[in-house]
Formats: sequence, structure tokens, C-alpha cells
Amino acid sequence: MNKIFDRPLYAYARSPDQDTATPVRHPVVVVGAGPVGLALAIDLAQQDVPVVVLDDNDKVSFGSRAVCFAKRTLEILDRLGCGEPMVEKGVTWKTGKVFHDTRRIFEFDLLPEGGHRRPAFINLQQYYFEEAQIVRIRDLQEAGKPVEIRGGNKVSAVGRQDDHVRIEIDTPEGSYNLEADWLIACDGANSAIRRMLGHDFVGRVFEDNFLIADIVMQADFPTERRFWFDPPFNPGQSALMHKQPDSVWRLDFQLGWNIDREAEKEPERVKARVREMLGKDTKFELEWVSVYTFQCRRMERFTDGRVIFAGDSAHQVSPFGARGANSGIQDADNLAWKLKLVIDGTAPESLIESYNRERIHATDENILNSTRSTEFITPKSGISRVFRDAVLQLAQHYPFARPMVNSGRLSVPAIYDGGPLNGPDDAALPPRTRPGAPAEEAPLGEGWLLERLGGGFTVLAIGVEVPDMSELEGIPLSVLRLALVAGPELGARYLGAAPGAVYLIRPDQHVAARWTRWDKDGLKAALRRATGRA
Amino acid sequence: MARLVTTPNIPDPDGFYAELVAVHDGLSAERSAALNARLILLLANQIGDRAVLSDAIAAAAKTG
Repeated sequence: MNKIFDRPLYAYARSPDQDTATPVRHPVVVVGAGPVGLALAIDLAQQDVPVVVLDDNDKVSFGSRAVCFAKRTLEILDRLGCGEPMVEKGVTWKTGKVFHDTRRIFEFDLLPEGGHRRPAFINLQQYYFEEAQIVRIRDLQEAGKPVEIRGGNKVSAVGRQDDHVRIEIDTPEGSYNLEADWLIACDGANSAIRRMLGHDFVGRVFEDNFLIADIVMQADFPTERRFWFDPPFNPGQSALMHKQPDSVWRLDFQLGWNIDREAEKEPERVKARVREMLGKDTKFELEWVSVYTFQCRRMERFTDGRVIFAGDSAHQVSPFGARGANSGIQDADNLAWKLKLVIDGTAPESLIESYNRERIHATDENILNSTRSTEFITPKSGISRVFRDAVLQLAQHYPFARPMVNSGRLSVPAIYDGGPLNGPDDAALPPRTRPGAPAEEAPLGEGWLLERLGGGFTVLAIGVEVPDMSELEGIPLSVLRLALVAGPELGARYLGAAPGAVYLIRPDQHVAARWTRWDKDGLKAALRRATGRA
Repeated sequence: MARLVTTPNIPDPDGFYAELVAVHDGLSAERSAALNARLILLLANQIGDRAVLSDAIAAAAKTG
């Protein structure tokens, strides 16, 4: 079978940088061509910031790996120009069922309200995700945007300087050196950059093993997330089932701690497990098998001078809740515009510190959620299991216990409450779009609100007169005026009971500040604050 | 804000106590623990107030 993950997509090719007498300096070098590094590269290239991506491999990731991509990730991908192919290829879902033993205890719906362009989730193999990103990078290259991916380039040494980073790179044709004004480490949980710089990565280890069996099977199970606590086919443990494109199904079995990992990966052993779960006559093929353990941990800081960590290199969570890849994409989303402004000299270097603070806030929320899910799914003490089982028993009969059933709190974007870039709020406006929150999608007649937001700062005026502006305080911005008649969702999400509102929205579509009237001085102050100048 | 009630509040203390113990008659220690857990969760939901629940957890942890 000719799989996409067997095919080189960015094979090693000699760069002119390898033949210079002195190391070439680049504004941004990204290490790691995974979902996070590629998202950052696309974002920077779209804004004309030259970016070089280095990866020691030359292919998309092997095996399905991350498969659940959340609505906010899809909205970010839309901004990056590659949301549509992923949603088309992906399996859209929003509902799930939870089982205990042989009983179905409840069902949930992650996005019961309408008026959103993107679904709560799509399932898509990580290799397709990365492939769509690479297609987007190739399109940007054709359009003359300054982005390149160098396969077969492995960073072997990193040296911090005051205003740049020196990098030594090994290639199939020997090593060469580069300099980067900014080095972004998107090189995963085992980050070599993090190790070379001697940073700790400590946290909580969960003593449990899980088996992923991705199988190819023709089946007509509904498109939903299914989760089992203590099922007959995996007694005392948990299991998960999810649909992916190409008739691939993700099966995930909790195995316990004292097991023989190699024996559990034996195809015959895995197939026996699958048959116990789905019935002995089930026809399927194994596509990818992996046994994993996990930790919940983060770096103390996500920046170290001109080196910045994003995605799994900076933080790791349990897989319950799909908060790994999704939070990494939000890291990139948060960072790209700040790098752009700092590199252009329109914002001070200290703006980068807000990346550290906002994304640590988000990471702590993700770690808290995923740690709580893990505690519920794999109780680590006798009494923890007693309460867990009590919740599951009650949930079948009484609705009150269902919100306590925690099979993973699925990824939603963090709201940067109390964030360093937030400006004023007006209590008359709805809490869901408060400063720090990502702008909520809303239908606008034929189109959607988020696609109307510019790539930079946007002043969104709904039912309030605001003048034309193309820049303020030296920061480029655009004005989007909407009438009150634009639709019930826009009013409910942005106005509440107020007759009109003015929102300042950051380039990453998070709300920076908002008012119920036009306040030019207030807007100027908020813009200075949102760009790290106040 | 509601406070944790720590003064007598159950009209029939002897009757309630007897009923609480009787429901465990004939149960193994394991089944008793499971029943207690279900009971705590039902009662906690009845109280609902997060601050009162935290006070109750703290009060229980502090005594004994």
C-alpha cells in the first residue's frame, strides 16, 4: 500500500546557505515540520515574514497520531487558508455516547447551538493535516511568499546570543551554520532544542499504558465518539472508538501499568482485542498500532531570550480531551502576529512576553482539564474508584450525575482572562465575547463573521458610527461595520441587550477590548496595550 | 451567602440515624462504601452551593 506517510514531501535539497563563508541570518527559523511548526510558517509567510522550517525527516508524520481537531483549530486554519480541504476530507462530528459495563449511560452534544461555520470537531489523521498544510505552503511559495521547508536538516547545536540564535545543522552532505533572529522550537515532546538548552520538563507521570489500534473496516456505526468505562471486552479498564476518513477507525484501549508492552503490540494480540470488542466475525485490517504512556507537564517558561517553544515541546497533556495538537495550533496562532509586529519594529520585543503569559495560562487550563479527566478515567486510589463508579451508576438513572462523568473535556480555546494585552470591557456586553476570548463565529447573510475579520487588527463596529481608519498608533488596522440587522446570532454573541458595540479584535481573532460607543482615545490606549506598549 | 449549617437541623435525629445505618445492613464493606459514595453525591447535588460543599468537606476533614 502506497501510504502518504511513506512518500517524501520535502526531500533534502542543498541550500545556498550551505555554501556561504559566514552563516546566513534569517528572521525566523522554525524547527519541526509538524502541525504546529507548519501552522506558524504559513501564518508568518502570509504576513510576508521570511521563515525557514527545518526538519530532520522529509515526510508527514508516520501513523494517524493526533486525529481530533476542534472548531477553534478549524477557524484558525480558515485564516491560514487551509481549513476547507481539511473539513472536506475530515469526518465531522459533535455527539458522543458514554457506556458503563454494558449500559449506555448518556449522550452528549458538544455544539448544540447553530450559527457556526465549522463543526465542533473533525477527525482527520495527522498525516492528512500536515499534507494540507504543506500544500498550502507550496501555494504560498508559488505566490512568491518567503517560506521554505528544508528536509533532512537536523539541528545539532544551538547557541543563544543577545539578539539572535546560532544554529548548527546536520545534513546528508555535512553540517552548516545559520543564524536566526528568532528560533521557534516546534520539535515535539522530546524537543532536542529544549534538551540542548538544558531546560527542565517536569510534571506528573501517569502510570498507565494505552494501546491505539487504528483499523480499516467497513462499518456503519454512527459518526460519534464512543467511550466505555469498564466494558466486558476490557474489564476494569476503559476504551474509546472514533471514526476517521478512509474507513479508518481509532480504537484506544487502556491496558494498565504492569504489562508487557512489546507483547501487547503483537498484531495477533491486537487483532484478538479488536475481535473481542467488535465481534469475532468482524473484518478489518490493522493500519497503525502504538502503545503509549503520557505525562502532564510544561516548561516553566515558553521563551528563553530569542528561543521560543510552541506545541508539545513546551507542554504535554494526556490525550483525553484532544488538547495536544489543538493547543499547539493556538500557540502558533498567538505567536505569529506578535513576531510579525516585533520584526517589523512596530511593537517592542516585550510583546513576546505576552505569548509566554497567555499560553501558560492556556496550558495550565489544559493540564488541569486533562489531569481531571485522567483521574476519572483511571482512578489511582481505592476511594477515587469508589466515587468514580458511584458517579457512573448514578448517571444512568439521574441527570444530575452526568456532568460529572469525565471521559475527556474536549478542547475549547482558552480565554485570556486577566491577560496582559486586554483593554477595557463593558459589562453590558455578553460575557462570551469579553476581552481575552476568541471572537465567536456568527452568520452574516451569505458569509461568516470570522472570514470578514482582516489579517491584522480589526475594529468591529455593530450599530455604532466609526470613522474610516487604516492605521492608528502606527499599527495597521481595518474597520468592519455591520448593521444590527445582520442576524440574531451576531446580536446575541456581541451585543446582548446593548444597542451597539465597538470591538477591537487582535490579528489572532481574540477580543482585545470593547465599548458600547465610539471612543477614539480609548481605542488608541487599547491598541497600545494590545501591542505591548502600555 | 449560605453557610454550612453546624447546628441541629434534622427534625428526627434518631430516626434519620437509624435509617442511615439500616440501609447498610447485610452489605459487604465494599458495597457499603459504594452506597456511601452514591449517597454523598446525591446529597451534594441537593446542596448545590459550592461554598457550602467546600465548607462541609473541610469540616469533615478537620474532625476525627
